[in-house]
Amino acid sequence: MADLRTNFAGILSPNPFWLASAPPTDKAYNVKRAFEAGWGGVVWKTLGEDGPPVVNVSGPRYGAIHGPDRRVIGFNNIELITDRPLDVNLREIKQVKRDWPDRAVVVSLMVPCEEAAWKKILKPVEETGCDGIELNFGCPHGMSERGMGSAVGQVPEYIEMVVRWCKQNTRMPVIVKLTPNITDIRYPARAAKRGGADAVSLINTITSIMQVDLDRMTPAPHVDGKGTHGGFCGPAVKPIALNMVAQIARDPETRGLPISGIGGITTWRDAAEFIALGSGTVQVCTAAMTYGFRIVTEMISGLTDWMDQAGHATLADFEGRATRNFTEWEHLNLNYVAKAVIDQDLCIKCGRCFSACEDTSHQAIAATVNGERKFVVKDEECVGCNLCVLVCPVENCITLEHRTQGIDPRTGVPYAQPPLDWTKHPNNPMAKQAAE
Amino acid sequence: MEQDGTKGGEAQNRYANGLAAGRLTGVEYADNFADLHPPLSTHEAFVEAERCYFCHEPPCQKACPTGIDIAMFIRQIAAGNALGAAATIFSANVLGGMCARVCPTETLCEEACVREAAEGKPVKIGLLQRHATDAMMGAGRQPFERARSTGRRIAVVGAGPAGLACAHKLAELGHEVTLFEAKDRLGGLNEYGIAAYKTVDGFAQKEVEFVLSIGGIKVETGRKLGTNLELSELRRDYDAVFLGIGLAGVNKLRLAGEESLKGVSDAVEFIAELRQATDLSRLPVGRKVVVIGGGMTAIDAAVQSKRLGADEVTIVYRRGEAEMKASGYERELARNDGVLIRHFAAPKTLEGEAGRVTGVVFERVAPGNGALASTGETFRLEADMVLSAIGQIFISDGFGNAQGLDIAGGRIAIDEERRTSVPGIWAGGDCVAGGQDLTVTAVEDGKQAALSMHRALAGSERVANSE
Repeated sequence: MADLRTNFAGILSPNPFWLASAPPTDKAYNVKRAFEAGWGGVVWKTLGEDGPPVVNVSGPRYGAIHGPDRRVIGFNNIELITDRPLDVNLREIKQVKRDWPDRAVVVSLMVPCEEAAWKKILKPVEETGCDGIELNFGCPHGMSERGMGSAVGQVPEYIEMVVRWCKQNTRMPVIVKLTPNITDIRYPARAAKRGGADAVSLINTITSIMQVDLDRMTPAPHVDGKGTHGGFCGPAVKPIALNMVAQIARDPETRGLPISGIGGITTWRDAAEFIALGSGTVQVCTAAMTYGFRIVTEMISGLTDWMDQAGHATLADFEGRATRNFTEWEHLNLNYVAKAVIDQDLCIKCGRCFSACEDTSHQAIAATVNGERKFVVKDEECVGCNLCVLVCPVENCITLEHRTQGIDPRTGVPYAQPPLDWTKHPNNPMAKQAAE
Repeated sequence: MEQDGTKGGEAQNRYANGLAAGRLTGVEYADNFADLHPPLSTHEAFVEAERCYFCHEPPCQKACPTGIDIAMFIRQIAAGNALGAAATIFSANVLGGMCARVCPTETLCEEACVREAAEGKPVKIGLLQRHATDAMMGAGRQPFERARSTGRRIAVVGAGPAGLACAHKLAELGHEVTLFEAKDRLGGLNEYGIAAYKTVDGFAQKEVEFVLSIGGIKVETGRKLGTNLELSELRRDYDAVFLGIGLAGVNKLRLAGEESLKGVSDAVEFIAELRQATDLSRLPVGRKVVVIGGGMTAIDAAVQSKRLGADEVTIVYRRGEAEMKASGYERELARNDGVLIRHFAAPKTLEGEAGRVTGVVFERVAPGNGALASTGETFRLEADMVLSAIGQIFISDGFGNAQGLDIAGGRIAIDEERRTSVPGIWAGGDCVAGGQDLTVTAVEDGKQAALSMHRALAGSERVANSE
């Protein structure tokens, strides 16, 4: 039976499934129930400095975009940091860690960008006995206006500076949470590492507007007739998060830096994908808020079962393995040819492949064969773009087949060719010559 | 090839009067007795699984007598983990495969499904359960581990769903089990009673093997309580005893000719014979069949008679539609097959000629003052085969009374832990009072009894011997 235990920057947990810093981790009541359900760890909702708590709107705070059957595929929030008094939170954290010693309890922090403020908060947090801290440099609204949150996360020099303050003033592992609202995620990650960060977690939410209320003419959801931008998360952001995690995992400067992957993780497979690209743990929020804490049962069982079948005894056996195959476009093999194939036994003849290909792609699908409604791929036009595969409503009805025998009717060139990428292609004016 | 698709010789008896075999062609037999509910394809399974809303404290789970975590197993199917889903199912119900095929989901989980309330279209829980259990059983895997041996030995009498579930749970908990069965094959009604088109391809036996694959269960067939097996022996030789002996008897019509006229038989026996037949074309069935009764057995007997090639099949029940024990779904199945269902009529006389049944005279009855009273009016139905399906009964000859087992309503009385009035003896399934007579409730009885036995035996003296 696969072993799901993790040691993330020195923080131990029985499985890699943590809850991210958000309303689900706001209070002992929530965290206790999460641990009862089986979550391996939590990042406690961001604490701010001692003083009058922030106040948020009394609704609405969230928006969503839905797929068919009202399935939540994207979510948006204008949540702030905790609005409960600091001492209440600290007391609860201490008690929870005592009651659940084998689970990871990490505390998220956001205070003004001054050394004194950071020094002041670190000691009481350390005294709770928690396992580590996560620096919130990602909050895109509410705090950035005051020079905190993403106002720091978008400036690598600030990240390095604050991380260094923290490392100098606490023994706890320091995780830096990165914002995706940035041009190149490697810069903030490198800065975190230079400052001495023990790990990074990403992504935080993406600045967004969910929809527009056309009757009131305001971004929606609205508060008293006005809308604002919020943080986007949920299944739709997973691809953005996967790329950023992989970029950090393979960057020579940050290679080896532990990564906690966050972004739309809903099932065991999502978690496995993040781990395969270099994550040591994963953090979940939207899926828990959509379905409740019980989802972790499916995640644990699914990951364990898959690891058993694939022969991975521990997470380390496959962590980061997919990163090795992450390359730049210019190094993709241009001589690898694939063509779409439609399985006529599974085809329900909806013709969506045809609509997509004929209107918007390479006109490589025929809609009639011998006067009969039948959808077949025309190899002489097909470039293997994959569009038909993706729009087809039946799984595995259309597949992309790698061709190795015969001649490609589209190019007249035999399929079997040695690999060639753009850097050496004759059409590339900047092709690096072997002589050079 | 003739018009009806036969090759010379086949289906020549299609309209023969009296009991006759070979009424249909080979193709027709195969079609009629093929899987009533073919399994979901992978695509269908994903589409269906995505419909589940993953409710809080799911109503479907509450409606399931074995408490299967339905929302979780469906989520696991949707996440591409069918084996995980099967493990979830089997942990609550080791006969989850059979239940997926025969459970009246339309009155249990699917009735409770919130999508039934929302759109009148519940999630296809039964078929999804089959999808998952088929995946694991088809892969030849079983997810159970036995606990360390407890050194306790337990006798389970009856290898139907209650006995199998009890034996399995006990084995899982580390006990050694001896499973006694009167018949040659295990499975009880799963093997001998459930309609053939619900458990095709020898599924009942495959499931028995799956259950036994946990190990620790010794099987003795041909052992019948009261005949060559004594309850007193079992109490002496084992640490505890479970009785899952079902209902061995049937209610009689108590009409002249019931035993002597050819063509009159008990539906339970007819169904058992059909289930064990290797060649359906050799099984005789009447041209005009009358089935007396209103439960699942009556429906199964009627539908299967029709599918064997009977020309006219009529079910006659003495009460109304609302009182029929057979579910609405089952009644619709019968009607779709062309079976006629008549109400408020009770059999009065069996008519025969030359030793064979030729018809049944019924009297019309009407409800009044809590009892049924004859209206005086009668009618006659022509019949060359009459199947009686008016209830199975518990037989305790040879062991019951002498051992002091309390009886309630004609069956063994038990408490909520499935304990009988005799310390050391537990019971479950159709033989106990107050149940719903379903495969799934029998499984729950077996499971709960095993857990109760385990608790009782933990650190205690041999319970079976205590007074």
